[in-house]
Amino acid sequence: MSNARDNRTPRPASLPRRRFFKEMAGVAGGACLLASGVALYSRQASALPAVALRPPGALAESEFLAACVRCGLCVRDCPYHTLKLSELGDGIPTGTPYFEARTIPCEMCEDIPCVVACPTGALDRSLTDIDAARMGLAVLIDHETCLNFLGLRCDVCYRVCPVIDKAITLEKTHNPRSDRHAMLLPTVHSDHCTGCGKCEQACVLPGEAAIKVLPIRLAQGSRAEHYRRGWEEREAAGRSLIGDQLELPVRGMEGQAYGDTRLRPDAPPPQAPERPGGVDSGWRP
Amino acid sequence: MSTGQLPIGEKGVAVPEAGAGRAATLRPGLEAVHTKGWLRASKWLLLRRVSQIGILALFLVGPWFGLWIVKGNLSSSLTLGVLPLTDPFLLAQSFAAGHLPYREALLGGGIVLAFYLLLGGRLYCSWVCPVNLVTDAAAWLRRRLGLKGGKAPDPRLRYALLGFVLLIAALTGTLAWEWVNPVSMFHRGLIFGFGLAWGIVGGVFLYDLLIVSRGWCSRICPMGAFYGLLGRTALLRVTADRRRTCNDCMDCFAVCPEPQVIRPALKAVGQSHPLILDQDCTTCGRCVDVCSKNVFRITTRFDRSES
Repeated sequence: MSNARDNRTPRPASLPRRRFFKEMAGVAGGACLLASGVALYSRQASALPAVALRPPGALAESEFLAACVRCGLCVRDCPYHTLKLSELGDGIPTGTPYFEARTIPCEMCEDIPCVVACPTGALDRSLTDIDAARMGLAVLIDHETCLNFLGLRCDVCYRVCPVIDKAITLEKTHNPRSDRHAMLLPTVHSDHCTGCGKCEQACVLPGEAAIKVLPIRLAQGSRAEHYRRGWEEREAAGRSLIGDQLELPVRGMEGQAYGDTRLRPDAPPPQAPERPGGVDSGWRP
Repeated sequence: MSTGQLPIGEKGVAVPEAGAGRAATLRPGLEAVHTKGWLRASKWLLLRRVSQIGILALFLVGPWFGLWIVKGNLSSSLTLGVLPLTDPFLLAQSFAAGHLPYREALLGGGIVLAFYLLLGGRLYCSWVCPVNLVTDAAAWLRRRLGLKGGKAPDPRLRYALLGFVLLIAALTGTLAWEWVNPVSMFHRGLIFGFGLAWGIVGGVFLYDLLIVSRGWCSRICPMGAFYGLLGRTALLRVTADRRRTCNDCMDCFAVCPEPQVIRPALKAVGQSHPLILDQDCTTCGRCVDVCSKNVFRITTRFDRSES
């Protein structure tokens, strides 16, 4: 080593080696730069738009993007041409399968051919009962244009639902506008809705549907695990956890049932305020 | 064997007039067409086009005419409902991203892997890959227009990029390269619809045409690098067994997508036998076509004979 250091002129053998290292550094640097760009772009372009739904049985999005090789075999075996492969510029990871409920919803085939066709397991074959699929969750997103909320009996989303009376029910409420009719409000239940999108496709509104299938992460809030629901606890324990509530008499209302706070039970209901405001804005669906 | 040992008379044939030199660089293979006839001077090119377009057609008659021979695309396909084929490069990325695919994909990947390991990895590049049609067109136009220059990246870049492609798959947990991979995007686009993917394929064409000769396939494409690594034991190889008759016209170098692989075999640099064993050789056979002296021949890797 000391000899080499004393000898200031580089040995001929070290020149090619130095050049080699320089070239390799260039090659590795260039490749690293290129790959970093691709990695950043892929991270940015990974977000799935809310209207794009994955086929039934699709793994969670992060795992799906590791498993799907974008071959389109699920698309080919879909008998209703529901599934498409995204193209560059669609804003969906390029080449991955998706469908849009408003255009062509999933018809929920019993043999689930798309899942059978997938060679990689991006669509999980443990899904054998299509009713257990969770492609998304329908949400009656617009209470202002939904005809049932206007007091009409449209009911189309309810009628077309393949899991009728379980995934969508009609909940009867009083119509305060007419004060003499009922409103039957389509109500989605997450423990049965598969996210097939038949309701969104069938919604009679001219453009956008009032009921939409959204990815579950958008449609559902996280459950408040710290909040113990009294009625569930009571059912589990067989009695209320906080014991029976004391019922104290209210002066002047001794003859009325507990909880009935009307001053004169035979009086007409109070008038709504003229202008919306306060806690109860007076807005009625 | 060095060029100095070549018979002088034969060298004289190669450059008959001053004007022919330019014609030779713009249109390599012209002399072969004159001596062998157009058909024999285009044999491997035609066979290769038949293979490339035929494979594409097998994928396209399904969606176009409802004749389902092959479903899917080159990433993964199902032939006649029984034969699964999967691209091992995609499987490698999927493994790196932390996913173990189903048996169908593994079996399909194994079949493809075995085929290319046996016959030659980069056969994929020259006989199957649809992007080859694009880059061949760019190379042809670049020669005809006489375009020169451009800063070419090191051919080893693709191998480094292959490593980084697998690394970013592991780091992001996704098949990150598939967001931009022009190879899978082009084939998928032809079958399932392009969107803006034309832009990426057009970019590859313009890069090869205007910036770097054979830039995409021979310097950048990590998929080509992957198949190159499979080609270290390739059975099908090109030999320059009649290298004694070479007249140094340079046509083979002009048409070869990987010109660096020819010299060791043709000029016996660093090896004595005339076989092109370099993994980067795509066995496209274009050198066989354009050689008016029939120096090259496609044979097996065990055939080291010289005539």
